[in-house]
Amino acid sequence: MDLPVIASKAPLTPQGGCSAGSCGSTAGQLSGLSEEIRRKVEDHPCYSEQAHHHFARMHAAVAPACNIQCHYCNRKYDCANESRPGVVSELLTPDQAVKKTLAVAAAIPQMSVLGIAGPGDPLANPERTFATFRELAIKAPDIKLCVSTNGLALPDSVEELAKHNIDHVTITINCVDAEVGAKIYPWIFWQGERIRGIEAARILIEQQQKGLEMLVARGILVKVNSVMIPGVNDEHLKEVSKVVKAKGAFLHNVMPLIAEAEHGTFYGIMGQRSPSPAELKNLQDACEGDMNMMRHCRQCRADAVGLLGEDRGAEFTMDKVEAMEMDDAFLADAMAKRKALREQIAAENEAKKAKAHAPQPAGVAVVTIHRRTTTTDSGRPVLMAVAAKNGMVAEHFGHAREFLVYEATAAGAKLIGHRKTDLYCDGGDTCGDGESVLAKTIKALEGCEAVLCSKIGYEPWGELEAAGIRPNGEHAMEPVEEAVTAVWHEMLAAGLLNAPIAAETKRVA
Amino acid sequence: MALEIVETCVNCWACEPLCPNRAIYEAAPHFLIDADKCTECLGDHAKPQCVEICPIEGAIVNELNEPMNPAGSLTGIPPQRWAAAQREIAAR
Ligand code: SF4
Ligand code: SF4
Ligand code: SF4
Repeated sequence: MDLPVIASKAPLTPQGGCSAGSCGSTAGQLSGLSEEIRRKVEDHPCYSEQAHHHFARMHAAVAPACNIQCHYCNRKYDCANESRPGVVSELLTPDQAVKKTLAVAAAIPQMSVLGIAGPGDPLANPERTFATFRELAIKAPDIKLCVSTNGLALPDSVEELAKHNIDHVTITINCVDAEVGAKIYPWIFWQGERIRGIEAARILIEQQQKGLEMLVARGILVKVNSVMIPGVNDEHLKEVSKVVKAKGAFLHNVMPLIAEAEHGTFYGIMGQRSPSPAELKNLQDACEGDMNMMRHCRQCRADAVGLLGEDRGAEFTMDKVEAMEMDDAFLADAMAKRKALREQIAAENEAKKAKAHAPQPAGVAVVTIHRRTTTTDSGRPVLMAVAAKNGMVAEHFGHAREFLVYEATAAGAKLIGHRKTDLYCDGGDTCGDGESVLAKTIKALEGCEAVLCSKIGYEPWGELEAAGIRPNGEHAMEPVEEAVTAVWHEMLAAGLLNAPIAAETKRVA
Repeated sequence: MALEIVETCVNCWACEPLCPNRAIYEAAPHFLIDADKCTECLGDHAKPQCVEICPIEGAIVNELNEPMNPAGSLTGIPPQRWAAAQREIAAR
């Protein structure tokens, strides 16, 4: 098993748009949080933009059963709240999950978070879920534990969650109104009976809200995920956002519905459409308010392993893990390495903070805490997509599985989201129908005016340009934020950013 | 009288812990009900527990081989609509 290279050091030598923190936006994203909460999320790869450069998370699929039905889920596959539809995870017993976690923790010292999220609802499988947590708390106490749930069984689990020192819970809350809920949840299993319709939604909502309150009262961090379903709960999610923030959720993450007929879900078959990237962004902006949105959530697979964005799951399939010899000495050594790495990162973060607070030489722009940058008369904000790897512009356009989307302004680059692609060129047979996939990729990049990558082929170059997206391969191997900021300045110098485009003006105003 | 789990079962484990008679067991390729133990929950619950929680239409049948959760009853997808979508996918 290879020892991984530590995540890119690039963000540690900040320049330009990155001067105040790793992304310029880190402080912004976590501002407004209490010191205690901030400390808790500091090295959580899913929550802190800063941490996702250095830390990794994994999910263990130990919880097969579910106690509700969501219209965007087909129970032949993994829980669609935590995974993309159509994914099937290898179900693990608690013992296997513990072994796998230890193997990953030893091989990837950055692995700092273990989440249980599926393939069903973790709290509908309390024995399996808690057995896993119990073992890990003993064998690898430095790993943060987190759990995701639809919320139905949450109130009954809070006591047990508090016992295991689980400090992150994600609840998927799609509504606070039972009439809306009845269009999302056809039934729940409640006290020995399948309950349907508005009554089912009413109970589910009540349990979710009660669970949220109980967790907050216990000092357990709560993140809320919502699935944006156009025409069903899109407007309503603004209300949801207000309610959950008022009750103390520290993050609200709005994700787009994914619905395709071939997934066999209700929404997929009935032709319910997904939101466009622009609709999603508008709703996220509307919900953001003075609170944090998790724009870099990638709806990762429930059995994902690795630094966000680079899935190493294939190295840790159960047959490979079972074959690994891990004696006490090996584990002790691995734990020591993990500790050293954490200390190193903490020291680097300290150094960065000190630098950010030091007086700046004249002429150097300091990026201060900013969340929503307003236009300056020097140029309008521009969305750019980046084919990134380890924090660098290092991916070939055709090989990118996802693009990070940044909003570039005079103040620097701010990560606002990411867009998935169906890899349009995998070098194999499927390249035959590459064209339509390229078209899909271009659609996924809607709203972006430039795309940064290490290399790009002739054909996609032309099509991107035709779609009004400027391909740019000139910043290959540069740190992402620097490259984005540089391209923005190039566009500014070329006189492209003078006239604010209509949509941007509206949003920024 | 007993219920039976058939091949559409997706092995989600939801039913197994609910059975008052421990009649449900893990097996390959899918879960099974021990017909000697299953009472259809009579005397323990108003409704058969496995049927109430099972998310898969048609996965549990009665002695007449009739699905306890017929097509469309859990997903809300009308069976004709489902068939039409499958035809459309196959024709692509
Ligand atoms: S909670 Fe997850 S597993 Fe259960 S129905 Fe909803 S999406 Fe599917
Ligand atoms: S009907 Fe009741 S007794 Fe029979 S298998 Fe299902 S849960 Fe068990
Ligand atoms: S609940 Fe249904 S699908 Fe799940 S294991 Fe039982 S019979 Fe199979």
